[in-house]
Amino acid sequence: MSKMTTPAPLLRVGCAAGFSGDRVDAAGPVVDALLASGGPAVLTFETLAERTLALAQLARRTDPDAGYEPLLADLLRPVLARCLEGGVRIVSNFGAANPAGAARRIRALAAELGVRTPRIAVVHGDALDRPEQRALLRAAIGAAFDETRLVCANAYLGAEAIADALRAGAEIVVTGRVSDPSLTVGPALAHFGWAPDDWDRIARATMAGHLLECGTQVTGGYYADPGYKDVPGMATLGFPIAEIDANGDCVITKPAGTGGLVDEHTVKEQILYEVHDPSAYLTPDVVADIVDARVAQVGPDRVRLSGVRGHARPATLKVNVFSEQGWFAEGEISYAGARAEARARLAAEVLRTRLAGNGPMRVDLIGVTSLFGDDAGRWLETVPDGGARDVRLRVSTVHAERAGAERLTRELTALYCCGPAGGGGVRTGLRQRLSTQSCLIPRDAVRAGFEMLD
Amino acid sequence: MPHGRHRAHDQVVPLHRIAHGRTGDKGNRSNISVIAWHPDFWPLLVEQVTEAAVARQFAHRRPTRVVRHLLPNLHAMNFVLDDVLDGGVNDALNLDSHGKSLSFLLLDLPVRVPGALVRHLAGPGEDDPEG
Repeated sequence: MSKMTTPAPLLRVGCAAGFSGDRVDAAGPVVDALLASGGPAVLTFETLAERTLALAQLARRTDPDAGYEPLLADLLRPVLARCLEGGVRIVSNFGAANPAGAARRIRALAAELGVRTPRIAVVHGDALDRPEQRALLRAAIGAAFDETRLVCANAYLGAEAIADALRAGAEIVVTGRVSDPSLTVGPALAHFGWAPDDWDRIARATMAGHLLECGTQVTGGYYADPGYKDVPGMATLGFPIAEIDANGDCVITKPAGTGGLVDEHTVKEQILYEVHDPSAYLTPDVVADIVDARVAQVGPDRVRLSGVRGHARPATLKVNVFSEQGWFAEGEISYAGARAEARARLAAEVLRTRLAGNGPMRVDLIGVTSLFGDDAGRWLETVPDGGARDVRLRVSTVHAERAGAERLTRELTALYCCGPAGGGGVRTGLRQRLSTQSCLIPRDAVRAGFEMLD
Repeated sequence: MPHGRHRAHDQVVPLHRIAHGRTGDKGNRSNISVIAWHPDFWPLLVEQVTEAAVARQFAHRRPTRVVRHLLPNLHAMNFVLDDVLDGGVNDALNLDSHGKSLSFLLLDLPVRVPGALVRHLAGPGEDDPEG
């Protein structure tokens, strides 16, 4: 598609967070590497998992200035000055439920650091608050759409508004809900000037973004398994950088001197992460097809991805709707030494009797089995007492009413005196439960755009 | 087993000796990748790690559908298991409401490896006293 006679220089996109709660010292080495490359570069942070946005919205209810990534300043403080000086642009969904608030916080941070005020763009349009949008959601979800308990409804925006903001000169682009790969596709569209229907190239950049969006999950994080998958330097994992070429193909690498590894196996695990049909990975920007994708080690900690194809983007956008639905409670107590497992199992029986009729209760025997099993306990029933000597009983429930959920925590606590011998270490938790519904709405019902701060 | 020439050296091993994987989730649906450690294991994965075998391994979670997608260039397959997460991240009572650990349940699946390929097995093996 490019009419240029010389190929556009590589675009380097680094990712310094894979979720809200990731290491806040990640960005430094990524920015060092981006600056050392000397070419066009973008730093991204992906901090907005599905649930994170709903929690941010709840935070904003109690504090109108909150609702963006709580660690925003911690993430940016070590690198903001160098990014502005070196021309590394920053793109992130750390705006969460309050992108404008995040932008103001960044401007204040720049002032604190004594650096010039950056040009900050705020992407809007993901929050579906307008009456006609709510009507569409009601139609799509039906009776289960309960507006009285609604926390938030947000569409997954694509890369267009991000690209537009960068073309307009934004140095920092703050978004709320966008599809995670769009954080990379936006800069690629702005840099390479691809046509909006250049599906193959957009799909390739999408998969580059997909490999970046979980941070170290492509550089050895979430991968290590001693004796099988040994990863050096887990305490200092390097966060990933994609070197994207004019065709959208990329090389995944990481900053020199950091821990972790990038090899064909780390890239294969991440390319399939949260992908369902590999011939149709749906995003707002494109339908990516990785059935014929190839990965190749082209140097130390350098893996090239190729063979990705694209098809026209979907006519609809995905929407997540969160509402408050009842209460969740859990509690734990531990047993150790002789017959510990038998005592933990007896404690579970006591709770089953005491809480009969109070709703579903899951039972886990941590140290015996606690994760693979189903909530109904079919798996646990098949596990005989193996005589484990260090077992932590965990029970959990959901209830429409707070009082019903609290019954579980009270009964669990009462096991201190009324339960089997030697129980210790009681912990309980109670929280309001968020439930999610997803639906699709027509693309033209969502109006995404951006404005520059001031 | 038919009488193959490597029959005497066949080994039944957990899937994690020949493949690795990772779990992702969306809603009440889990996807689990299975990636061959060595290209020579690929035909064996296709033959033995079937939709039916995976559905059996997850029977207690009552999958309503198990679909296997093949990516031959990557020597990888992607399983999509519907309705196995007790409602998913916001609804499940499990500590691991995402089902992040489930790749390791799949990787426990027993597979038969012909003798000629035993040298490519990953890891020390759980029954190996030297391991």
